[in-house]
Amino acid sequence: MTTIEPILEGRRSQPDQLIEVLQDVQKICGYIPQDAMKTVARELGVPLMEVYRVANFYKAFTLKPRGKNVITICTGTACHVRGSDLLIDQVKGQLNIEPGDTTKDGLITVECVNCLGACALAPIVVQNESYLDHMSPAKLRKIIDHAKGKKKKEASDAQVQS
Amino acid sequence: MRKFNHSSDLEGFRQELLEERKDITSTIIIPNGTCCQAANSLAVIKAILQEIARQGVDKNVQVHLTGCHGFCEQEPMILFEPGNIIYCRVTPEDAREIVGRTVKGSEVIERLLYTDPVSGKTARTEAEIPFYQAQDRQLLQHNKWVDPRSIKDYIAIGGYRALVKTLDSISPKTVVEEVRSSGLRGRGGGGFSTGRKWAEARSAPSDEKYVICNADEGDPGAYMDRCLLESNPHLIIEGMMIGAWAVGAQKGYIYVRNEYPLAVQHARLAVKQARDIGLLGENILGSSFSFDVEVARGGGAFVCGESTALMTSLEGKVGEPRPKDIHTVKEGLWNRPSVLNNVETWANIPSIIMNGSGWFASKGTKGSKGTKIFALTGQVKNTGLVEISMGTTLHDIVFNIGGGQKNGKAIKAVQTGGPSGGCLPLSKFDLPVDFDSLYEAGSMMGSGGMVVMDEGTCMVDVAKYFLKFLQDESCGKCVPCRIGVDRMLEIVTDITEGRGTREQITLLEELSETVAETSLCGLGKTAPNPVLSTMRYFADEYFAHVDEKRCPAGVCKALISYDILDEKCNGCGVCLRACPHGAIKGEKKKVHAIEPQLCLKCGICITECKFDAIAVG
Repeated sequence: MTTIEPILEGRRSQPDQLIEVLQDVQKICGYIPQDAMKTVARELGVPLMEVYRVANFYKAFTLKPRGKNVITICTGTACHVRGSDLLIDQVKGQLNIEPGDTTKDGLITVECVNCLGACALAPIVVQNESYLDHMSPAKLRKIIDHAKGKKKKEASDAQVQS
Repeated sequence: MRKFNHSSDLEGFRQELLEERKDITSTIIIPNGTCCQAANSLAVIKAILQEIARQGVDKNVQVHLTGCHGFCEQEPMILFEPGNIIYCRVTPEDAREIVGRTVKGSEVIERLLYTDPVSGKTARTEAEIPFYQAQDRQLLQHNKWVDPRSIKDYIAIGGYRALVKTLDSISPKTVVEEVRSSGLRGRGGGGFSTGRKWAEARSAPSDEKYVICNADEGDPGAYMDRCLLESNPHLIIEGMMIGAWAVGAQKGYIYVRNEYPLAVQHARLAVKQARDIGLLGENILGSSFSFDVEVARGGGAFVCGESTALMTSLEGKVGEPRPKDIHTVKEGLWNRPSVLNNVETWANIPSIIMNGSGWFASKGTKGSKGTKIFALTGQVKNTGLVEISMGTTLHDIVFNIGGGQKNGKAIKAVQTGGPSGGCLPLSKFDLPVDFDSLYEAGSMMGSGGMVVMDEGTCMVDVAKYFLKFLQDESCGKCVPCRIGVDRMLEIVTDITEGRGTREQITLLEELSETVAETSLCGLGKTAPNPVLSTMRYFADEYFAHVDEKRCPAGVCKALISYDILDEKCNGCGVCLRACPHGAIKGEKKKVHAIEPQLCLKCGICITECKFDAIAVG
């Protein structure tokens, strides 16, 4: 497991640092693991229940591990008016998962976000950390195919190595 | 870099910078904000730098990476100064020619110039582009001269001079008076007088006070705060410093959305740079004024844009709002007097100090002074950030700056104010845009989102969209918002799915009134606005859904069906491959058909078909 010690440095016994600490945990772990919540509660001096409540309340935190590829669909008003619903339909049809879920093979997580603030280029999708503008279902299909395709290649590479 | 101990040090440093830069003959300006990066600016920058290294250019030619300039639709852009030549939608492949012909040969490449979609005319310079011509860019104009990662750039264009002027010669009381008489009202949506807020915080007795910058821009469809903080972070910090001096605060916070990683990064860097040269910290520029700023990341909760919820969140807790019987200017963050202003409000402060309140008050309308930035998006040709004098009409914004309809469908409404605002119909486009007239028309200015909608947008669906958003974002603390918005969404969903009745419309109106009157915070109080404004101006659309079970815009899935037109389908198979639900069947080169049981009416086939062979009925 990734250690969260460096995150706590200089923030111990400071309950007001809770959200900042969880942001960093989310960043390095990809989600908020239970053990991390316990450590954070102990080190910051916040009841575990409160840590859980904060982690559960804010959208920035996920309590489940996320997939290798995170595809985030912006559903802000400008994206909605320009058809972000179609992108969600594309994901549902192609991957058979709902936004917020991860494919069984752990390869792709699909999330929705309320607005990324790049509205002029709507609809926007973020793949991992890169922003993609003027998205269409067809473009998204290729991106998902590509993300799935990687798996096949990596799987065959692994076989060769073993 | 050295630390400044006296206010004259800063001016001296500015002169040194100007001396250092006097030999620069030309500047290649490339915007590189979040939206620019979405449009591939990073690859363009890389290609330009490679070409410069390969072809070799004069040492006095400088490449300048800046934040967004506002005309996001045309990104990636490159601007050449002096000369003001602008290239739009540049690709990495253009780099060789740009460096060879324009940078080295001073030649203009015609095909990269902007062509106005309305008149068809080509613009050689930025100043000739109609999108910019109708604006009054007081805040956005600095963006092209400032690399957000360089405090030197900000100082070179005269940054922090307002702070020096304040510390040297203006008493805190006079600063408050000046801001009050400028008529500046909060840009975050509420429109409360900034000067009055400051005066109350100033008179609150406490040794410890705070100033807070609200950069938790949660309104979907608004991004002016991201742009300002990301492109010119020192402007915001300078505004906060002047505010802190005026009210007697020692500590400031910038609460910024974590969904804006570049804004977080630039704000943090700017704070560090300001600290390093002694503009933040103890005894700033040798004065008695001590102040520091911290950047805090929001957790992605819309409700935290509300002042009390934001302060609770800054304390590291669940961001639930508090009752406002005691104002935050008396008891805010950690129960201390706190002044919370929006990014754009802070950004206006330095120029009010430099140019005087009279200058600011000379712009705008009777009740709303100055300029305001709007995010013009949706179904309009030119999308981007638009800064205009208050009082400009909606028509001017949508048609003169925005260039009018985009996809051949007539524009029918503009949504202002995000989830707290409303939709205004074409008949209201003559309204001057200011706080009061938008409010009277049943909408509000909000933080400045302006989403244009055309005949292809269903207004009942828009109401449903916002209710869904608000239901999702309601913190759940008070019953009217938690349960009321839920019930309202149920009714609107019934209407969009063909189960609606006339009685439900009446019930929806009653519920709206209750939720607006009894909710705890602004989120709930304004939640009914999108519903009420669409019912007021687009009642016929509601009745079409309820009485005729018909969606005039062809959006509500339960009320439409899809059909492939025999005479137009040539059996190319594109739709068959595109349908994620496997609902289209047919042999190659023969007319295809949609299986109604499998079709989810997502509309993907329509966007993919190049022959308009799919009809919505």
